[in-house]
Amino acid sequence: MTPAAAATPAPGATNPDGSPRTHYLNAAYGLKSWLLTRDHKRIALLYLVSISVFFALGGLMAVLIRLELVTPEGDLFQPDIYNRLFTMHGVLMIFFFLIPGIPAVLGNFLIPLMIGARDLAFPRINLLSWYLYSIGGLFTLWALLHGGVDTGWTFYTPLSTNYVNTSVLTVGVGIFIAGFSSILTGLNFVVTIHRMRAPGMTWFRLPLFVWGHYATSLIQILGTPVVAIAILLVAAERTLHIGVFDPKLGGDPILFQHLFWFYSHPAVYIMILPSMGVVSELVATFSRKPIFGYKFVAFASIGIAVLGFLVWGHHMFVAGQSIYAGVIFSVLSMLVAVPSAIKVFNWTATLYKGSISWDTPMLYALGFIGLFTIGGLTGVMLATLGIDAHVHDTYFIIAHFHYIMVGGAIMGYLGGLHFWWPKITGRMYPLFWSKLSALVIFIGFNVTFFPQFILGYLGMPRRYHSYPPEFQVLNVMSSAGATVLGLGYLMPLVYFIWSMRYGPKAPPNPWGATGLEWQTTSPPPVENFLTQPIVTAPPYTYPAPKRTPEVTVGV
Amino acid sequence: MIPSSPLLPDQASDVARSVDHLMLFALSGLVVFSALIAILVLVFMVKYRRRGDDEVGIDVYETNPKSHVLELVWSVIPLGLLLVLFGWGTKVFFDQNRPPAGAAQYWVTGRQWMWKIQHPDGRREINELHVPVDRAVQLRMISEDVIHDFFVPAFRIHVDVLPTRYTTYWFKANRTGTFHLFCGQYCGVEHSKMVGHVIVMEPRAYEAWLAGEKTGPSAIASGEELFVAKSCNTCHRPDSSARAPILNGVFGTQVSLNDGTKALVNEDYIRESILNPAAKVVAGYQPVMPTFKGQISEEELIQLVNYVKSLKAASVTTAEAGK
Repeated sequence: MTPAAAATPAPGATNPDGSPRTHYLNAAYGLKSWLLTRDHKRIALLYLVSISVFFALGGLMAVLIRLELVTPEGDLFQPDIYNRLFTMHGVLMIFFFLIPGIPAVLGNFLIPLMIGARDLAFPRINLLSWYLYSIGGLFTLWALLHGGVDTGWTFYTPLSTNYVNTSVLTVGVGIFIAGFSSILTGLNFVVTIHRMRAPGMTWFRLPLFVWGHYATSLIQILGTPVVAIAILLVAAERTLHIGVFDPKLGGDPILFQHLFWFYSHPAVYIMILPSMGVVSELVATFSRKPIFGYKFVAFASIGIAVLGFLVWGHHMFVAGQSIYAGVIFSVLSMLVAVPSAIKVFNWTATLYKGSISWDTPMLYALGFIGLFTIGGLTGVMLATLGIDAHVHDTYFIIAHFHYIMVGGAIMGYLGGLHFWWPKITGRMYPLFWSKLSALVIFIGFNVTFFPQFILGYLGMPRRYHSYPPEFQVLNVMSSAGATVLGLGYLMPLVYFIWSMRYGPKAPPNPWGATGLEWQTTSPPPVENFLTQPIVTAPPYTYPAPKRTPEVTVGV
Repeated sequence: MIPSSPLLPDQASDVARSVDHLMLFALSGLVVFSALIAILVLVFMVKYRRRGDDEVGIDVYETNPKSHVLELVWSVIPLGLLLVLFGWGTKVFFDQNRPPAGAAQYWVTGRQWMWKIQHPDGRREINELHVPVDRAVQLRMISEDVIHDFFVPAFRIHVDVLPTRYTTYWFKANRTGTFHLFCGQYCGVEHSKMVGHVIVMEPRAYEAWLAGEKTGPSAIASGEELFVAKSCNTCHRPDSSARAPILNGVFGTQVSLNDGTKALVNEDYIRESILNPAAKVVAGYQPVMPTFKGQISEEELIQLVNYVKSLKAASVTTAEAGK
């Protein structure tokens, strides 16, 4: 991560082009300078490394799952091993990759830069967040090495409290601790966005990336404690036999589902709202014009966050909940589709009369729009009571949420990584390979998950280790697609690492973008801006200024 | 035996057909909107591709007063379509969940990892459910352990099977054949082995099948035996309500409880009153009944429920006559 140069440049030294020699990456060296850093940019990189490890592990499990499903018989793994694989795949991907994902890496790095601040409001708490995340992750890895857990990532009771002997508690503790990391990150973002905006950076001059993260932070702060409570109650029932969920102890298993989904449905918006924020930045930058309907897109984020808290019951249409409760949750779930539709239409309209470049980040953004549209519209089908009653807990669900979480959230994450990589590392990556990766991932993704919609409607239930032979053709297609998808994900891994040493040096603003983060050097100095930026215009005002209007604050 | 079609599962009930129609409507919406977005995006990408390094886009939002109208249009049209889908979906859901009167009552007990099925006449089977065609069938389901889910893709409906109370599943098969039965809720190690078949037969073949197999006593008869064996009859006497309420004719009525509320006497109430008698005590009685929790299986509970349900008002001697 650190350049090979051994010595820290003298303060004030400049490169031949006039940019300062010292930046956040070479300001200090050594393990201690990273593990005790309070610089939001370095903490973002700590997160980048950690979540990549969990993404790789979760991906490895997906590979093994798809291998098992090539044949109808459960012939590669024993069923208990297979069950652990899909459970750990879900736990690692959701709690340790997707939920921290964009906020902890891109949000951490960019929010202070975008609003013209020196750092987050609470730099030490930011570091604490990373440590909590890492401790939670270590608990989970420890559990993985000691047999893992086989309850499904949903931990439904009474199965999880009274019927399995795997590491439910250890993984529960891991998620519990990581949850506090999420809460603290959200809190840090909210305070930072409220209190630390540069002069002139009004709420409606905030980049939509910041709006997306603001909405996300609200969910993290308000939702995460509920799942923490659910985990504590599961632990109390497992260890102390206090009857909360298990009917044999006088509890109600449905109560767990309410508590779990009260967080875990909004958690989907924790994954997708930041990604939508990224896509808004990309679409505006690579069309070189303001986002069509900025305020609609900004408030759509808040609308999704608020409505997102009122739809958890749509996971329980067939769970024995009153059919009238189902009716209420169905109509509320329909309503949450409206702000999502508004966003898609506004992105599309932004392209109209734009000056559109086909750069890599834009290709990822377009991939996002396509996959999110399908994911969202199949979500509408699932909100429809009569359809959900049939496809509930089948591969239709699997396909739907992968279109949202992988097609949506990860496309946005990779698009953002490609967009801000020159800013983060000061290096460019190879154009050809990166465009190819966007294409390969898009194709691989669709071949993997589209057949699963059909499988689901045909009736193949999820979490099946073996399945009836007539489902084999579609499963083989899906596994073949997963191979392509896996290769697609390896490509950025390789060329990003390559670029850190061999990539051409990036200028401060390689894309001609307007955000404040592009007005400072690449990579930015430790203090982000050498002079205090002052904002005088709305976001996405093209052509981009060569230098931001700035004044030197009295130092 | 199980025919497969490439894109649609077997369709074996009228409800299944209405689900497919609903799906087709939703799918056409998906295709129209996805195609609209995809075409617009691709056309704009090509038409407005960047032609020079210094070129910038033209902001049409602020300059065109119709922009807000456009926002309104693409908010309201999807909202309208979503509400149509919601209404239609809700109607289908009610059809999926509300059995017609007079449906034949079957009982299903789920456990890790098998389905146990009891026919109205007492016949039992495991992982297979034989039913006559063109006859409404209602399953009353309970789990002995974790949450399971009864799922027959050919009928297009899932219902979770809970360890706490009875849930119901109904269908009216409109063609004969063998159809998949899956456990649709992850239930532990052998979840994917908790599968079976629903076999829909011509009524005559069904009768022959029933006759050809050894049939145990009916659920009511077994329940009556249990009622005596567990000494329920010592207090719940048909001729005296001194210690416990008379059960004859009580099913389906509202009873007043000790705490002043009322309760409907249905299958769940009877089951609860056996397992947790103090929960809802009928007004005027002391909570003296012992619990049978842990001493009685779900299948025995089903038999007792059936028996109590069968007790008609004033049929004083049903229990006594047996002795």
